[in-house]
Amino acid sequence: MTIRDRFGFAFQALAAYPLRTGLTLLAMAMATAAVILLTALGDSARHYVVDRFAGLGTNLLVVLPGRNETRGGPPPLLGETPRDLTLDDALALLRSSAIESVAPVVVGSAPVQYGSRSRESNIIGTTASFFEIRRLQMAQGRYLPGGDPHRGRPVVVLGKTIKQELFREEPALGRWLRIADRRFRVIGILQSSGHALGEELDKIAVIPVTSAQVLFNTPGLFRILVQATRRDVIARAKQAIETIIQTRHGGENDITVLTQDAILLAFDRILRSLTLAVAGIAAISLIVAGILIMNVMLISVAQRTAEIGLLKALGASTAKVLQLFLAEALVLSILGAGCGLALALSTLAVLDRFWPAVKLQAAPWSLPAAVVIAMGTGLLFGLLPARRAARLDPVIALHPH
Amino acid sequence: MIELTGIERTFWVGGEPVHALRTINLTIAGGEYLSVMGPSGSGKSTLLNILGLLDRPNRGCYRLDGVETTALDEEARALMRQQKIGFVFQVFHLIPRLSAAENIALPMMLAGIPASQRRRRVKELLARFSLSDRARHRPAELSGGQQQRVAIARAIAMQPSLILADEPTGNLDHASGREVIDVLETLNRQGPTLILVTHDQELGARARRRIEMRDGEILVDTGSDDNS
Repeated sequence: MTIRDRFGFAFQALAAYPLRTGLTLLAMAMATAAVILLTALGDSARHYVVDRFAGLGTNLLVVLPGRNETRGGPPPLLGETPRDLTLDDALALLRSSAIESVAPVVVGSAPVQYGSRSRESNIIGTTASFFEIRRLQMAQGRYLPGGDPHRGRPVVVLGKTIKQELFREEPALGRWLRIADRRFRVIGILQSSGHALGEELDKIAVIPVTSAQVLFNTPGLFRILVQATRRDVIARAKQAIETIIQTRHGGENDITVLTQDAILLAFDRILRSLTLAVAGIAAISLIVAGILIMNVMLISVAQRTAEIGLLKALGASTAKVLQLFLAEALVLSILGAGCGLALALSTLAVLDRFWPAVKLQAAPWSLPAAVVIAMGTGLLFGLLPARRAARLDPVIALHPH
Repeated sequence: MIELTGIERTFWVGGEPVHALRTINLTIAGGEYLSVMGPSGSGKSTLLNILGLLDRPNRGCYRLDGVETTALDEEARALMRQQKIGFVFQVFHLIPRLSAAENIALPMMLAGIPASQRRRRVKELLARFSLSDRARHRPAELSGGQQQRVAIARAIAMQPSLILADEPTGNLDHASGREVIDVLETLNRQGPTLILVTHDQELGARARRRIEMRDGEILVDTGSDDNS
């Protein structure tokens, strides 16, 4: 019996009971679609996070003051507060050939005032390198000036939103405004860059690092952003940062260096397992559909007892009857999975049309995976009814009385 | 060529043995026309099932065309059923969702015969049993006589050497029954052995060789017809 005949026979048998077959197909389709859609949800979330990280800049390392360790142990007896990271610490890092540029960062909050309008705003004190590392584009004017970072010039670059709030439609370039009790001249406006991991760059004001240190009366840095020269020297850059700072801090290793890769990897792992967990939950519906297939097939075997007896009388062996009924389960699950695939993809297409910002996309691996799992489910749950059919005694099957 | 020696078949019903067949010895030459008669419970259906390789005897020997069948495994017995035996049933046992043509083609499909060859043979069989205009009809759209003719066409599709007919006229009116018997007898004259199980004395008497069974034993055997 050829494969084509086998599936043709299975198809005819299923087509003979359209309602029953249709409902089973529906269950299988819903289950397959659920797996694909939920996986798409998880995977798209992962892509979203990964993309945001890429927006932070490439080959990025972040140096934080203090040692973050999860290791336990007694608290230090003497006050062992970590040393501040200083501007000179940051500049010293440039000695390493693995490091392209550094951007010291001081963060604070202060009222920004122009004329009668005033806004409480986040202030970032940094250097010109910050704009390159964070890949910020200017809408107007220019970056913070280069030159010696120890000179705290009274200039400011404004985020788009805060510029709008303070100046409305007035041109801001060259105007003087007040941050806390100091005056700054506006030299640039940032292009809107949206959100990057919660920092609302549109609402900040950027001033030279030394100005910020004076403004907030702090000698230390909030953190140092470091850009490695290449992707493959990130590990060496991390090593260099630790060595340089340790030397400058009297042998004390009191900083934490985060690499972008490590953060990304952690998020990636978390979201990947989340995706799998969600897919697993959806797979339960596949099992339910599988049980439905089993149920339908058992009814079918019971109704077609005489037919099975006849097939055996016509020369179908036990193995062949088993194959015929497995083919039926397989046809059910393949058709169901196919409908599910179409359902999921069209749902995604509709979502994409009406909410393009969501960027929901099916994970490429989830499509074949869902179909294979659906087929496996069909075969697995088809096995019991098929065996029952194959084991029927033809004498009893042909003479039910 | 059929040789049964010392065939016994016992069923266990509620812990009690029921001897459906006790020590049956029977030799049937190729091409014979034989009727098996007897009251219900006499063992004629069991005999037919064993002859058709659907059931196995508990004891004894069954040689079909020189092959000792009792030792064969299920796969080999299925193959012999496919190649050598055609069944005709009282209730036709046509598959209701398949057309007449598809029902006739079924044994050839199971045997893996290519579709083009199947179509040719089905066409030939439909013509032979005056069913050409019924090829696409479902069994429910056919009369009883037509249904049984479709079933006979299916039984001989693989050109078997043995046709087993179990009360083939039992569900038919007199005219259709006579028609079906004519068809079977015509077939028998062209070669294959025909074994007919029936209640009907008149029908049974038409066979050249008649066997009467009672309580699992052969009571009367009119013996082989030398002309066969």
